[in-house]
Amino acid sequence: MQTDDLDRRLIVATQGGMPLVPRPYDALAEQLGIAAAEVQARLAAMLESGLIRRIGAVPNHYALGYRHNGMTVWDVADERIDELGEKVGALPFVTHCYRRPRHLPDWPYNLFAMVHCKSRAEADQRVAEIAALLGSACRAHDVLYSSRILKKTGLRIAG
Amino acid sequence: MNERPREAALEPADRAIINALQGGFPVCDRPYLEVAQRLGMSEEELLSRLQRLLDERVLTRFGPMFQVERMGGAFVLAALKVPEADYERVAEIVNGFAEVAHNYRREHALNMWFVLATESPAGIANATAAIEAATGLTVFAFPKEREYFVEMKLHAD
Repeated sequence: MQTDDLDRRLIVATQGGMPLVPRPYDALAEQLGIAAAEVQARLAAMLESGLIRRIGAVPNHYALGYRHNGMTVWDVADERIDELGEKVGALPFVTHCYRRPRHLPDWPYNLFAMVHCKSRAEADQRVAEIAALLGSACRAHDVLYSSRILKKTGLRIAG
Repeated sequence: MNERPREAALEPADRAIINALQGGFPVCDRPYLEVAQRLGMSEEELLSRLQRLLDERVLTRFGPMFQVERMGGAFVLAALKVPEADYERVAEIVNGFAEVAHNYRREHALNMWFVLATESPAGIANATAAIEAATGLTVFAFPKEREYFVEMKLHAD
Protein backbone atom coordinates (compact mmCIF):
# COMPACT_ATOMS: atom_id res chain seq x y z
CA MET A 1 0.00 0.00 0.00
CA GLN A 2 1.23 3.50 -0.84
CA THR A 3 1.33 5.47 2.36
CA ASP A 4 1.89 9.16 2.84
CA ASP A 5 2.97 11.33 5.72
CA LEU A 6 -0.53 11.50 7.15
CA ASP A 7 -0.83 7.70 7.21
CA ARG A 8 2.48 7.58 9.02
CA ARG A 9 1.32 10.11 11.59
CA LEU A 10 -1.84 8.09 12.09
CA ILE A 11 0.26 4.97 12.72
CA VAL A 12 2.43 6.83 15.23
CA ALA A 13 -0.70 8.17 16.96
CA THR A 14 -2.33 4.74 17.31
CA GLN A 15 0.56 2.30 17.75
CA GLY A 16 0.46 2.79 21.53
CA GLY A 17 -3.27 2.08 21.56
CA MET A 18 -6.68 3.46 20.71
CA PRO A 19 -8.02 6.40 22.74
CA LEU A 20 -10.46 5.14 25.36
CA VAL A 21 -13.10 7.80 24.83
CA PRO A 22 -16.59 7.52 23.28
CA ARG A 23 -15.42 9.10 20.01
CA PRO A 24 -11.89 7.74 19.56
CA TYR A 25 -11.59 8.67 15.89
CA ASP A 26 -12.63 12.25 16.66
CA ALA A 27 -9.94 12.37 19.36
CA LEU A 28 -7.33 11.20 16.86
CA ALA A 29 -8.55 13.72 14.31
CA GLU A 30 -8.20 16.52 16.81
CA GLN A 31 -4.71 15.35 17.74
CA LEU A 32 -3.65 15.26 14.08
CA GLY A 33 -5.51 18.41 13.07
CA ILE A 34 -7.64 16.75 10.40
CA ALA A 35 -11.31 15.89 9.92
CA ALA A 36 -12.76 12.88 11.77
CA ALA A 37 -14.11 11.50 8.50
CA GLU A 38 -10.56 11.52 7.14
CA VAL A 39 -9.30 9.43 10.08
CA GLN A 40 -12.07 6.88 9.55
CA ALA A 41 -11.48 6.77 5.79
CA ARG A 42 -7.72 6.29 6.22
CA LEU A 43 -8.13 3.52 8.80
CA ALA A 44 -10.76 1.80 6.65
CA ALA A 45 -8.35 1.92 3.69
CA MET A 46 -5.53 0.47 5.80
CA LEU A 47 -7.80 -2.36 6.96
CA GLU A 48 -8.84 -2.98 3.37
CA SER A 49 -5.23 -3.17 2.16
CA GLY A 50 -4.05 -5.32 5.08
CA LEU A 51 -1.65 -2.70 6.40
CA ILE A 52 -3.83 -3.01 9.49
CA ARG A 53 -4.59 -6.68 10.10
CA ARG A 54 -7.37 -5.72 12.51
CA ILE A 55 -8.12 -3.28 15.28
CA GLY A 56 -8.22 -5.35 18.41
CA ALA A 57 -7.11 -6.33 21.87
CA VAL A 58 -3.91 -8.24 22.66
CA PRO A 59 -4.27 -10.31 25.81
CA ASN A 60 -1.48 -11.34 28.12
CA HIS A 61 -1.51 -15.13 27.67
CA TYR A 62 -0.71 -15.81 31.29
CA ALA A 63 -3.49 -13.58 32.61
CA LEU A 64 -6.02 -15.67 30.66
CA GLY A 65 -4.60 -18.88 32.08
CA TYR A 66 -2.57 -19.89 29.01
CA ARG A 67 0.59 -20.75 30.91
CA HIS A 68 2.08 -23.26 28.46
CA ASN A 69 3.01 -21.27 25.38
CA GLY A 70 5.15 -23.37 23.14
CA MET A 71 7.00 -22.46 19.98
CA THR A 72 7.02 -25.88 18.30
CA VAL A 73 9.77 -26.22 15.71
CA TRP A 74 10.16 -28.95 13.11
CA ASP A 75 12.78 -30.08 10.62
CA VAL A 76 10.59 -30.86 7.62
CA ALA A 77 11.78 -32.13 4.25
CA ASP A 78 12.09 -29.14 1.91
CA GLU A 79 10.03 -30.73 -0.85
CA ARG A 80 7.06 -31.20 1.46
CA ILE A 81 7.20 -28.20 3.75
CA ASP A 82 4.73 -25.94 1.95
CA GLU A 83 2.08 -28.62 1.65
CA LEU A 84 2.53 -29.64 5.29
CA GLY A 85 2.93 -26.09 6.58
CA GLU A 86 -0.53 -25.26 5.22
CA LYS A 87 -1.95 -28.30 7.01
CA VAL A 88 -0.27 -27.50 10.32
CA GLY A 89 -1.43 -23.87 10.02
CA ALA A 90 -4.99 -25.10 9.49
CA LEU A 91 -5.02 -26.99 12.82
CA PRO A 92 -7.52 -25.14 15.02
CA PHE A 93 -5.12 -24.72 17.94
CA VAL A 94 -2.17 -23.29 15.97
CA THR A 95 -2.10 -19.48 16.20
CA HIS A 96 0.94 -18.72 14.01
CA CYS A 97 2.66 -20.96 11.47
CA TYR A 98 5.65 -19.99 9.36
CA ARG A 99 8.48 -21.37 7.27
CA ARG A 100 11.79 -19.90 8.42
CA PRO A 101 15.45 -20.57 7.57
CA ARG A 102 17.55 -23.23 9.30
CA HIS A 103 20.84 -22.24 10.95
CA LEU A 104 22.94 -25.38 10.70
CA PRO A 105 24.42 -26.89 12.77
CA ASP A 106 22.77 -25.02 15.68
CA TRP A 107 19.26 -25.00 14.36
CA PRO A 108 17.90 -27.63 11.94
CA TYR A 109 14.24 -26.52 12.13
CA ASN A 110 12.40 -24.82 9.28
CA LEU A 111 8.73 -24.97 10.36
CA PHE A 112 7.52 -22.93 13.34
CA ALA A 113 4.04 -23.34 14.86
CA MET A 114 2.86 -21.62 18.05
CA VAL A 115 0.51 -23.35 20.49
CA HIS A 116 -1.00 -21.80 23.63
CA CYS A 117 -2.34 -24.19 26.26
CA LYS A 118 -3.62 -24.18 29.82
CA SER A 119 -1.81 -27.34 30.90
CA ARG A 120 1.37 -29.15 29.99
CA ALA A 121 -0.65 -32.28 29.20
CA GLU A 122 -2.74 -30.33 26.68
CA ALA A 123 0.43 -28.92 25.11
CA ASP A 124 1.98 -32.39 24.84
CA GLN A 125 -1.19 -33.60 23.15
CA ARG A 126 -1.04 -30.75 20.62
CA VAL A 127 2.61 -31.47 19.84
CA ALA A 128 1.73 -35.13 19.31
CA GLU A 129 -1.03 -34.12 16.88
CA ILE A 130 1.37 -32.02 14.83
CA ALA A 131 3.95 -34.82 14.86
CA ALA A 132 1.34 -37.28 13.61
CA LEU A 133 0.36 -34.94 10.80
CA LEU A 134 3.97 -34.43 9.68
CA GLY A 135 4.80 -38.14 9.91
CA SER A 136 7.97 -39.29 8.21
CA ALA A 137 8.51 -35.92 6.48
CA CYS A 138 9.74 -34.61 9.84
CA ARG A 139 13.25 -35.58 10.93
CA ALA A 140 13.39 -33.86 14.33
CA HIS A 141 11.46 -31.41 16.45
CA ASP A 142 11.65 -29.42 19.65
CA VAL A 143 9.29 -27.27 21.74
CA LEU A 144 10.54 -24.03 23.24
CA TYR A 145 8.24 -22.91 26.05
CA SER A 146 8.26 -19.28 27.04
CA SER A 147 9.14 -18.83 30.69
CA ARG A 148 9.08 -15.03 30.86
CA ILE A 149 7.67 -12.18 28.85
CA LEU A 150 10.60 -9.77 28.75
CA LYS A 151 8.85 -7.16 26.59
CA LYS A 152 5.51 -6.90 24.78
CA THR A 153 4.82 -3.52 23.29
CA GLY A 154 4.28 -4.17 19.60
CA LEU A 155 5.44 -2.00 16.72
CA ARG A 156 6.93 1.39 17.61
CA ILE A 157 8.00 3.57 14.72
CA ALA A 158 9.64 6.88 15.51
CA GLY A 159 7.24 9.81 15.85
CA MET B 1 9.97 -6.54 33.56
CA ASN B 2 8.70 -10.03 34.24
CA GLU B 3 5.14 -10.21 33.08
CA ARG B 4 4.04 -13.66 33.97
CA PRO B 5 1.10 -12.74 36.12
CA ARG B 6 -1.22 -15.14 37.84
CA GLU B 7 -4.41 -15.92 35.98
CA ALA B 8 -6.57 -12.85 36.47
CA ALA B 9 -9.91 -13.04 38.28
CA LEU B 10 -12.24 -12.02 35.48
CA GLU B 11 -15.94 -11.36 35.63
CA PRO B 12 -18.15 -12.69 32.82
CA ALA B 13 -18.43 -9.15 31.41
CA ASP B 14 -14.61 -8.89 31.23
CA ARG B 15 -14.39 -12.20 29.38
CA ALA B 16 -17.06 -11.10 26.95
CA ILE B 17 -15.11 -7.91 26.26
CA ILE B 18 -11.80 -9.74 25.78
CA ASN B 19 -13.37 -12.22 23.38
CA ALA B 20 -15.30 -9.57 21.44
CA LEU B 21 -12.40 -7.16 21.09
CA GLN B 22 -10.04 -9.74 19.65
CA GLY B 23 -12.23 -9.64 16.56
CA GLY B 24 -12.82 -6.58 14.45
CA PHE B 25 -13.40 -3.20 16.10
CA PRO B 26 -15.72 -1.02 14.05
CA VAL B 27 -14.67 2.15 12.27
CA CYS B 28 -17.62 4.48 12.92
CA ASP B 29 -18.42 7.55 15.05
CA ARG B 30 -19.18 5.64 18.29
CA PRO B 31 -17.39 2.29 17.97
CA TYR B 32 -17.39 1.55 21.71
CA LEU B 33 -21.14 2.15 21.82
CA GLU B 34 -21.63 -0.29 18.97
CA VAL B 35 -19.57 -3.00 20.73
CA ALA B 36 -21.24 -2.26 24.08
CA GLN B 37 -24.71 -2.67 22.58
CA ARG B 38 -23.69 -5.99 21.09
CA LEU B 39 -22.49 -7.11 24.54
CA GLY B 40 -25.55 -5.75 26.34
CA MET B 41 -23.73 -3.20 28.47
CA SER B 42 -23.39 0.55 28.49
CA GLU B 43 -20.65 2.36 26.58
CA GLU B 44 -19.43 3.74 29.90
CA GLU B 45 -19.13 0.29 31.44
CA LEU B 46 -17.24 -1.04 28.41
CA LEU B 47 -14.77 1.84 28.53
CA SER B 48 -14.16 1.56 32.26
CA ARG B 49 -13.71 -2.23 32.14
CA LEU B 50 -11.40 -1.92 29.14
CA GLN B 51 -9.32 0.69 30.94
CA ARG B 52 -9.00 -1.60 33.95
CA LEU B 53 -8.04 -4.64 31.83
CA LEU B 54 -5.27 -2.53 30.27
CA ASP B 55 -4.16 -1.05 33.61
CA GLU B 56 -3.95 -4.53 35.13
CA ARG B 57 -2.10 -5.80 32.04
CA VAL B 58 -4.67 -8.50 31.34
CA LEU B 59 -4.62 -6.85 27.93
CA THR B 60 -1.22 -5.61 26.83
CA ARG B 61 -2.62 -3.42 24.09
CA PHE B 62 -5.80 -2.33 22.35
CA GLY B 63 -5.45 -0.77 18.93
CA PRO B 64 -4.58 -1.43 15.29
CA MET B 65 -2.26 -4.36 14.51
CA PHE B 66 0.01 -3.16 11.77
CA GLN B 67 1.59 -5.38 9.14
CA VAL B 68 4.55 -3.15 8.39
CA GLU B 69 5.49 -5.34 5.43
CA ARG B 70 2.54 -3.74 3.63
CA MET B 71 4.25 -0.36 3.82
CA GLY B 72 7.74 -1.56 2.98
CA GLY B 73 8.77 -2.44 6.52
CA ALA B 74 9.72 -5.74 8.06
CA PHE B 75 9.15 -8.00 11.05
CA VAL B 76 11.91 -10.48 11.83
CA LEU B 77 12.09 -13.10 14.56
CA ALA B 78 15.56 -13.29 16.08
CA ALA B 79 17.28 -15.18 18.87
CA LEU B 80 20.34 -15.01 21.09
CA LYS B 81 22.27 -17.56 23.12
CA VAL B 82 22.68 -15.59 26.32
CA PRO B 83 24.98 -16.80 29.10
CA GLU B 84 22.84 -17.23 32.25
CA ALA B 85 25.03 -14.96 34.36
CA ASP B 86 24.54 -12.19 31.84
CA TYR B 87 20.84 -12.65 31.18
CA GLU B 88 19.39 -9.63 32.96
CA ARG B 89 21.96 -7.25 31.51
CA VAL B 90 21.37 -8.52 27.97
CA ALA B 91 17.58 -8.40 28.40
CA GLU B 92 17.83 -4.77 29.44
CA ILE B 93 19.98 -3.92 26.42
CA VAL B 94 17.73 -5.74 23.95
CA ASN B 95 14.50 -4.34 25.43
CA GLY B 96 16.00 -0.86 25.19
CA PHE B 97 15.79 -0.97 21.39
CA ALA B 98 12.54 0.58 20.12
CA GLU B 99 12.74 -1.86 17.19
CA VAL B 100 12.19 -4.77 19.60
CA ALA B 101 8.41 -5.25 19.57
CA HIS B 102 8.40 -8.15 21.97
CA ASN B 103 10.87 -10.40 23.68
CA TYR B 104 10.45 -13.76 25.41
CA ARG B 105 12.68 -15.99 27.44
CA ARG B 106 12.44 -19.54 26.12
CA GLU B 107 14.03 -22.68 27.53
CA HIS B 108 16.69 -23.68 24.99
CA ALA B 109 20.35 -22.91 24.25
CA LEU B 110 18.85 -20.07 22.18
CA ASN B 111 17.17 -18.63 25.26
CA MET B 112 16.11 -15.12 24.20
CA TRP B 113 13.65 -14.71 21.31
CA PHE B 114 12.52 -11.32 20.11
CA VAL B 115 10.76 -9.74 17.18
CA LEU B 116 12.26 -6.77 15.38
CA ALA B 117 9.75 -4.50 13.65
CA THR B 118 11.03 -1.66 11.50
CA GLU B 119 9.77 0.67 8.82
CA SER B 120 12.28 -0.57 6.25
CA PRO B 121 14.23 -3.79 5.60
CA ALA B 122 17.44 -1.80 6.18
CA GLY B 123 16.16 -1.05 9.68
CA ILE B 124 16.34 -4.76 10.52
CA ALA B 125 19.98 -5.01 9.45
CA ASN B 126 20.84 -1.86 11.40
CA ALA B 127 19.07 -3.04 14.55
CA THR B 128 20.68 -6.49 14.28
CA ALA B 129 24.14 -4.98 13.96
CA ALA B 130 23.50 -2.59 16.85
CA ILE B 131 22.26 -5.41 19.10
CA GLU B 132 25.32 -7.52 18.25
CA ALA B 133 27.61 -4.59 19.03
CA ALA B 134 25.84 -3.77 22.30
CA THR B 135 25.62 -7.36 23.59
CA GLY B 136 28.71 -8.94 22.03
CA LEU B 137 26.49 -11.87 20.98
CA THR B 138 25.56 -13.26 17.58
CA VAL B 139 21.98 -12.58 16.50
CA PHE B 140 20.34 -15.57 14.82
CA ALA B 141 17.79 -14.12 12.40
CA PHE B 142 14.71 -16.08 11.38
CA PRO B 143 12.92 -13.99 8.76
CA LYS B 144 9.66 -15.55 7.67
CA GLU B 145 10.01 -17.19 4.28
CA ARG B 146 6.36 -18.06 4.10
CA GLU B 147 3.34 -17.43 6.30
CA TYR B 148 0.96 -20.37 6.46
CA PHE B 149 -1.39 -19.03 9.10
CA VAL B 150 -1.73 -16.19 11.61
CA GLU B 151 -4.79 -15.67 13.77
CA MET B 152 -3.86 -14.82 17.31
CA LYS B 153 -7.00 -15.16 19.36
CA LEU B 154 -7.05 -16.55 22.88
CA HIS B 155 -10.45 -17.38 24.28
CA ALA B 156 -11.14 -16.11 27.79
CA ASP B 157 -13.22 -18.78 29.52
